[in-house]
Amino acid sequence: MASNGMKIAIVGGGLAGLAAAMKIAEGGHAVDLFSVVPVKRSHSVCAQGGINGAVNTKGEGDSTWEHFDDTVYGGDFLADQPPAKLMCEMAPSIIYLFDRMGVPFSRTSEGLLDFRRFGGTKHHRTAFAGASTGQQLLYALDEQVRRYEVTGKVRKFEHWEMLSLILDDAQVCRGLIAMDLQTLELKAFPADAVIIATGGPGLIFGKSTNSMVCTGSAVSACYQQGAKYANGEFIQVHPTSIPGEDKLRLMSESARGEGGRVWVPRNPNDTRPPSQIPESERYYFLEEQYPAYGNLVPRDIATRAIFQICIEGRGINGENQVYLDLTHIPAETLDRKLGAILEIYEMFVGDDPRHVPMRIFPGVHYSMGGLWVDYNQRTNIPGLLAAGECDYSIHGANRLGANSLVSCVYGGFMAAPAAIEYAKNVERNGADSSKIYDQELKLQQEINEGLIKQSGNENQYVLHQEMGKWMTDNVTVVRYNDKLKETDNKLLELMDRYKRISINDSNLWATMALPHARHLANMLELARVITLGALNRNESRGAHYKPEFPNRDDENFLKTTIAEYSGEGPVFSYEPVDISLIKPRKRDYSKGKQAAAAAPKQGAPQFVSSGAEQKPANLSGPIVWGQDKEKVNNPLSNDATRREQGKSIDEAGGKTNN
Amino acid sequence: MSTKHSSKPSRVPPKTVEIHIRRRANPDSPQYWEQFEIPYRPNLNIISCLMEIQKNPVNKSGNKTTPPVWHMNCLEQVCGICTMIINGRARQSCSALVDNLEQPIKLEPMSKFQNIRDLIVDRSPMFDHLKKVHAWVELDGTYNLGPGPRMSQQEVQERYAYSRCMTCGCCLEACPQYEGDNYIGPQAIAQVRLFNMHPSGKETREERLEGIMGENGITNCGNAQNCVKACPMGIPLTKAIYEENRETVLHGLLGWLKY
Repeated sequence: MASNGMKIAIVGGGLAGLAAAMKIAEGGHAVDLFSVVPVKRSHSVCAQGGINGAVNTKGEGDSTWEHFDDTVYGGDFLADQPPAKLMCEMAPSIIYLFDRMGVPFSRTSEGLLDFRRFGGTKHHRTAFAGASTGQQLLYALDEQVRRYEVTGKVRKFEHWEMLSLILDDAQVCRGLIAMDLQTLELKAFPADAVIIATGGPGLIFGKSTNSMVCTGSAVSACYQQGAKYANGEFIQVHPTSIPGEDKLRLMSESARGEGGRVWVPRNPNDTRPPSQIPESERYYFLEEQYPAYGNLVPRDIATRAIFQICIEGRGINGENQVYLDLTHIPAETLDRKLGAILEIYEMFVGDDPRHVPMRIFPGVHYSMGGLWVDYNQRTNIPGLLAAGECDYSIHGANRLGANSLVSCVYGGFMAAPAAIEYAKNVERNGADSSKIYDQELKLQQEINEGLIKQSGNENQYVLHQEMGKWMTDNVTVVRYNDKLKETDNKLLELMDRYKRISINDSNLWATMALPHARHLANMLELARVITLGALNRNESRGAHYKPEFPNRDDENFLKTTIAEYSGEGPVFSYEPVDISLIKPRKRDYSKGKQAAAAAPKQGAPQFVSSGAEQKPANLSGPIVWGQDKEKVNNPLSNDATRREQGKSIDEAGGKTNN
Repeated sequence: MSTKHSSKPSRVPPKTVEIHIRRRANPDSPQYWEQFEIPYRPNLNIISCLMEIQKNPVNKSGNKTTPPVWHMNCLEQVCGICTMIINGRARQSCSALVDNLEQPIKLEPMSKFQNIRDLIVDRSPMFDHLKKVHAWVELDGTYNLGPGPRMSQQEVQERYAYSRCMTCGCCLEACPQYEGDNYIGPQAIAQVRLFNMHPSGKETREERLEGIMGENGITNCGNAQNCVKACPMGIPLTKAIYEENRETVLHGLLGWLKY
């Protein structure tokens, strides 16, 4: 169909960005796709274990409602429930779509998709392609988007980095400024809508399981230009990573999903090789502490347990490591189901995990927090949307394993029609408004020139290291208010020292130094949002744990943290969590999950509360999304279920409408 | 871990790591070698060494220099971006461990692609090849049409092997035929195999075969079999070339019979 010269820009070419690009191009509209690396090399490639979708092919009574309940319960009730529910309903059809694209999902003997178990659920709900599911899903979308690149619907700008949004006088997003990472040329790209899909900010913690592009820089730029950042303090630390000099390599949860067991010697002074320690002298602490879920407790819980063992000096040889043991599983099974991740361990550590238990330790992995979005993935800036890890929705206080891939695709699929809808109705800039592009371009050029000219004795890489160490030490697994305050002071100090860095590369062609300096400034801003958000939240919920406030406090903190930028630092406010579908209950993984009680709510459908296994009748129909090329039929977009925050965007949208 | 057994010869760890880097300031300037020395630590990989140099770019002679540049991302040998030539062999620098390398360690950019600066090359021709061979399933649409075709685990595993290609270019670097983008190469041919094996992908197999036929096509393979040895993902590239060669011959023959 005619696109009327409409242009939508997408920043980030991982699963969420590509999913959105595919949908928009399929609708016949033009996409400019920006990525700092060729999109096929995006961080989604690192996701290993699988993608969740309740298809109930194992006769376990699984349902999309059960998946939804696990997600909300696993997220410690901080997630807004309607989008989480919709995601879980979409999940099976998302998996089937990837199946049609040719993703080599593992099969059952009947040739159907196979599903494995993951943390925080008792069901086999995770489809997988070996142990490189993210890679396979990313490639499938990369292929489909390449189709549209050939037809000219998608223009890729790879090795281009977004530096800022272009906002008009009414704070409406009109495009973006991006930098060519080879020439350092800056260019203004007008767009009717911009979708941010740039992933997480792991590099703020120095070393993490994230790829090197995961700086959160573009997201931070949006935040500094007025986008709200929500639940920043919720950072997932993955229980099992392989510590390394340059990064913490992920050891997928699928290792435990396939039967991997976590243990330390019962006697902390036991120095025997693991194979010589008899079963009775091993402390399988997760299985003993959490008999109902054992090694498959959610990540925040497994992480704290491992952390605690090591703090008590009970780690292997007194070091910060515990065993993740697969050696009781036949090597053939391991190769088939986990081959790719075992290769990673072998390659980087040198031991063969088929025969020697792996040594692992928790590592920063995922940000549940991100840009605030409404139920249509729209941020508070008209014309700016966000999808994937960079938005805050879906996961609440803790993300369940194998929910990230599905949430990325869900986010992209929701953002695409919302962006099209917005772009169709937005009033275009008049010819005289070109000055907003020139102004922003000039501003960004001045920042670059300032950095290039600037001289001083501070080293940008040293500052990054210091930030990473402080953030990892104080703003991860266990948080104390005095330490959080100190960390914020440290961040302020680093921001001050940043003014005295000098770019150490006199050759600006394809330099890494200037882009890194830009990232660093943006990372410091986000680091404050994370740290102060944590300081303000005096409770323990999901991944956020304070020994001084060890319990969840629904009365005071069942609310979403919102940070808004100001020159003096982030300004915090809170908004209620939409708990209209499942009433919050205590989260306890030592026992089987209690029956999910549906929350009473006027106007909303009343769900039977007698048991989670009982799927409400009105949810069992076919999923309505995506039957139409042009738009996703989003049951959340009716006014009855939309939150107040969403309304303000409507108003802003209305302003641009006429 | 002191008890870790290893096939490596036991030796006294060196105090330093010596690294020679083949550099270039920009595509128009000549290449030159520069030597660096950094303190040794156990478990260093090439990326960590480069990061160390980047932090404080001083060469072995003690002179301040520009920091070498390279590409990196996942650091788990799955994104393919950090490929370079290390001691004569194309491989990913993230998984190249100093303890397993002969010193001085020599780092060079891949030679078959345009060298942008230092260790960075432009591998966009590889992505263009994917366009040429239509390396995708021609979907009717992304709306909800139910599951894909049933497949046996055996078929899936065969496809999975091809589907792990991360477009790193090691095969093209090793191929004696590939020079100046004169040959579609094993990477793209293996993707043709991947999609021609798929029940829905088969529907458009002829388009893909056209993409690897003709000048610069599959017949340029000289059967050196270097590609399969160079592939870090263990993809059966020569098998793909064999199968697709057969398919193209048949396709050519049938096409000729049609007229």
